[in-house]
Amino acid sequence: MRIRCPYCGERDNGEFTYLGDAGGARPDGMGTDAAAMHDYVYLRDNRAGVHRELWYHGAGCRSWLVVTRDTRTHEISDVTSAREAGLARRNSGTTSGEAA
Amino acid sequence: MSTLTLKRAETQAPLARSDNPAQPFRVAGGLVDRTRPLSFRFDGRALTGFPGDTLASALLANGVRLVGRSFKYHRPRGILSAGSEEPNAIVELRTGARREPNTRATVAELYDGLEASSQNRWPSLAFDALGVNALAAPIFAAGFYYKTFMWPAAFWEKLYEPMIRRAAGLGRAANAPDPDHYDRMFAHCDVLVIGGGPAGLSAALAAGRMGARVILVDEDSRPGGRLLAERREIDGRPAADWAAQALAELASMPEVRILPRTTLFGVYDHGSYGAVERVSDHLAVPPAHTPRQRLWRIAAKRAVLAAGAIERPHVFGGNDRPGVMLAGAVRTYLNRFGVLPGKRIAVLTSSDDGWRTAADVLAAGGTVAAVIDTRPSVPAELRRPVEAAGGRVLTGSFVSGTKGHLALSAIEVSDASGRFDQIACDCLAMANGWNPIVHLDSHLSRRPVWREDIHAFVPGTLPSGMTAAGSAAGDFALADCLSGGARAGQEAAATCGFDGAAAPAPQTDPESVSHTPLWRAPRTKGKAFADFQNDVAVSDIELAHREGFRAVELLKRYTTLGMATDQGKTSNLAGLSIMAELTGQPIPSVGTTVFRPPYTPIAIGAFAGHHRGKEFRATRHVPSHAWAEENGCVFVETGLWLRPAYFPRKGEADWMESVNREVDTVRAKVGVCDVTTLGKVDIQGKDALAFIERVTANPFGTLAIGKARYAILLREDGFVLDDGTVARMSDSHYVMTCSTANAARVMQHLEYARQWLWPELDVQIVSISEQWAQYAVAGPRARDTLKGVIDPGFDISNEAFPFLACADVTVGGGIPARLFRISFSGELAYEIAVPAAYGDAAWRAIMAAGTPYGITAYGSEALSVMRIEKGHAAGAEINGQTTARDIGLGGMLAKKKDYVGRLMKERAALTDPQRPILVGFKPVDASQRLRAGSHFLGVGETPSLAADQGYLTSVAYSPSLKSWIGIGLIRGGTERHGERVRAYDPVRGGDVEVEICSPVFVDPKEEKLRV
Repeated sequence: MRIRCPYCGERDNGEFTYLGDAGGARPDGMGTDAAAMHDYVYLRDNRAGVHRELWYHGAGCRSWLVVTRDTRTHEISDVTSAREAGLARRNSGTTSGEAA
Repeated sequence: MSTLTLKRAETQAPLARSDNPAQPFRVAGGLVDRTRPLSFRFDGRALTGFPGDTLASALLANGVRLVGRSFKYHRPRGILSAGSEEPNAIVELRTGARREPNTRATVAELYDGLEASSQNRWPSLAFDALGVNALAAPIFAAGFYYKTFMWPAAFWEKLYEPMIRRAAGLGRAANAPDPDHYDRMFAHCDVLVIGGGPAGLSAALAAGRMGARVILVDEDSRPGGRLLAERREIDGRPAADWAAQALAELASMPEVRILPRTTLFGVYDHGSYGAVERVSDHLAVPPAHTPRQRLWRIAAKRAVLAAGAIERPHVFGGNDRPGVMLAGAVRTYLNRFGVLPGKRIAVLTSSDDGWRTAADVLAAGGTVAAVIDTRPSVPAELRRPVEAAGGRVLTGSFVSGTKGHLALSAIEVSDASGRFDQIACDCLAMANGWNPIVHLDSHLSRRPVWREDIHAFVPGTLPSGMTAAGSAAGDFALADCLSGGARAGQEAAATCGFDGAAAPAPQTDPESVSHTPLWRAPRTKGKAFADFQNDVAVSDIELAHREGFRAVELLKRYTTLGMATDQGKTSNLAGLSIMAELTGQPIPSVGTTVFRPPYTPIAIGAFAGHHRGKEFRATRHVPSHAWAEENGCVFVETGLWLRPAYFPRKGEADWMESVNREVDTVRAKVGVCDVTTLGKVDIQGKDALAFIERVTANPFGTLAIGKARYAILLREDGFVLDDGTVARMSDSHYVMTCSTANAARVMQHLEYARQWLWPELDVQIVSISEQWAQYAVAGPRARDTLKGVIDPGFDISNEAFPFLACADVTVGGGIPARLFRISFSGELAYEIAVPAAYGDAAWRAIMAAGTPYGITAYGSEALSVMRIEKGHAAGAEINGQTTARDIGLGGMLAKKKDYVGRLMKERAALTDPQRPILVGFKPVDASQRLRAGSHFLGVGETPSLAADQGYLTSVAYSPSLKSWIGIGLIRGGTERHGERVRAYDPVRGGDVEVEICSPVFVDPKEEKLRV
């Protein structure tokens, strides 16, 4: 696979590490209960289809990226820096799961 | 049926039989260099060939037809094909450490001194004792290993499996390390052209002329494909000349790279391709500094698949006898290599294409014994030349059997009426149509589709960016290959932004590609093979059908059809077509199995490249490495790092004596240890503190400028990720350290927190692990030592620079340095960091400054002993399964802030008072040795999982206590000080009574580090 890093351009996937579902925002640990945190930590979408997921460009610019990939075809339709995706999520007041 | 014109290329001289007694089957013509004979050996027999030969063509030139024994039945086998699809002629090539099993003789280029031997035969190829397996064939039918060798069960491991493995070998790997090296290359291009035949050359020319960056890969030593193998004309000239001219033009284009001897073995996502270049396989030994093979990873915007097609064998009894060959291969040997594979050649054809073989043999002065066409009628212009030369023509007929001891001597021909005839011949050429090579376009889980008009599978939906051209797309005619290739190349370059129109396609002599395949002989005698390499016969497919293994994937696994090293290149369709007939379905309804990379077998060495032995991964040296080497240091590998383990001195008997001396010196005087391997992270910004508060589990809000503090990092699931320190250098500047092993992981975790969890924080982080050399100076004389290193003017007295202080200082007259008063050993200790380039000098300065105080260098062993004496947790305790509470740090955790892991660590199971907790252990008998990993049992208790109370995580011999000591996790440990348990270690025969105690063995009141 090749991933188009917004900072480094299209790079071989050997430079990246996969984390998983770029799902819901982390609940505030002071303002939530353990059940919500448990869901955040353990419940992950595993879609056959378009999936937003986190990749780390560790052998490049060290950016975390939100990659939108179809898990059936590996087609990548979007790559955004996780920081920008995270800021947009904050500003819109939604979780990234809802944004997807 | 359309007509076929067989027009000889006028420019080619008539072929005449050579009178070369050494190579009795060599005839005139071909592309071999006859001026320079090459010597080689096959099974010890001295033979000759010419440059340009393959091992197979040279063997045929010498009249060697028996080349190997089959996998299961040890049947005699010869050469079927002239390419990488070869299932039969697989040999061991070379000797000694370079011995390579399973090499296809059809692609092994001949070189002077080549040594090859046949495989899977004993004692000799001509007399193979295991040939009796053929008599026991009923036992070896499909699924035999599930049936025959089931009882008694105990026999499987001891008798059956070793026996089967010995009998069914496919050559022997070398038993010495590979003496050659392998290289790896990355390449990028606009248009990747896969295959250098007529379609591929046309595509490369079209794209290259438009200025695109083109990579042309071809598995042959000489690109050209069938152009080198056929007597065809392009623009009135021999096809091979056109190929040579096309290659010359491509070679002159600066943006075109031609990779011959290169197999494109895999297609991966997003335009990634894998290829292996056999750089030196055609030489006896690679030249100096030249790799044996090179692995290419190619990123291409577009690809033109011009991989060509593979001819289909006919399926009839005895179709595996040496001398039975593919008709196109016979033409290759004749036209390219100047070798006539038989004295009397018969042709079995279901296509007009097969008649071309008869015409070429006649043109070379050979004898065509007969042409058997399975179709009912044949145009007169095809029959006439054969009949004129005295050959028989039988239409509506098929071959029903073969005769010959170790090679073909006659064929049996039948027709629908039951007429039966026997024809003497030593070579039978089979032409049953061609299969486009659909392997590569199927690699991304795509399925080929059936095209009824050509009776073959062709590429279905192609991977993004790929187009197919020529035979690979099912367009078999030469004119279509040339025009289709040019069109594909032009279109591919155009989509990459290059302009230009394709040149008009060259003219070719006319041809017909008409064929009506015969999937198997209607009646036959003897075993009729579908898969030659795995010995799968029609009877096996019939058995699979009878027993219900009819789905294509079941058929494959039950019979092993298509599962040999050739991935069924010549056998898959034969198997599918027979199953289709048995089940009464059309072929496409049977379906196809999945093709996976690699297209042909690839040596593991090519994938490993330079990464073998000590070069498997990079080796990292600490800044004091040179000094350590000069002083006889013993190193230990920890991850990529080569860390000093201990520094033996003259007269010390063993490592323990050296380590004890290092520990004693630190505790009594002073020592220095290279701790550069620790992860170091620079954290700066307005929100640096807020960031640190969220990633650490203990509070930092009160950390003053110029102060450092121990730090615990949790994972979000509540377990400990790592530990380290955080030092506040200024208002908004912090330096974090973490453990050596977790340095990369912690950095990734911090970036995750900064970029994804809390992107709104104004903070920047960067790893400075490589930039700073860091040394721990520890012991009662540490301050005295450092006074000789740090530039005057900075006060490091206990009052001015107390425990946990940190500061920017200078050394060596103005070199920036950082000083931290932190201690892992429990002694008065500092860590001093200098820019890495000054690391060696700083180390030597510390050693010099400490000499009056009796300084010792100490390594990771002494470091570990001292941390165990102090009860500090390290990798053995922070193992991903422990919480902060488990390792005795529960009391340090912050209550008034949110941080990663805060809520999850509170789960009931993680706060259960019965959860094992970190305490210390001393053997009751101080002379007894403890072993890490020993499990704790009650004294006198019978060992069982239920009785298990925990285990020893770390042990050391403590020179301070003159006893072995340990720390470990045990249930309710904190309340059990003074209690005795057993440290039980059945693996190493250990069973030691130990007393539970505080994990802090030395200076529990922490007085030494504050003086």
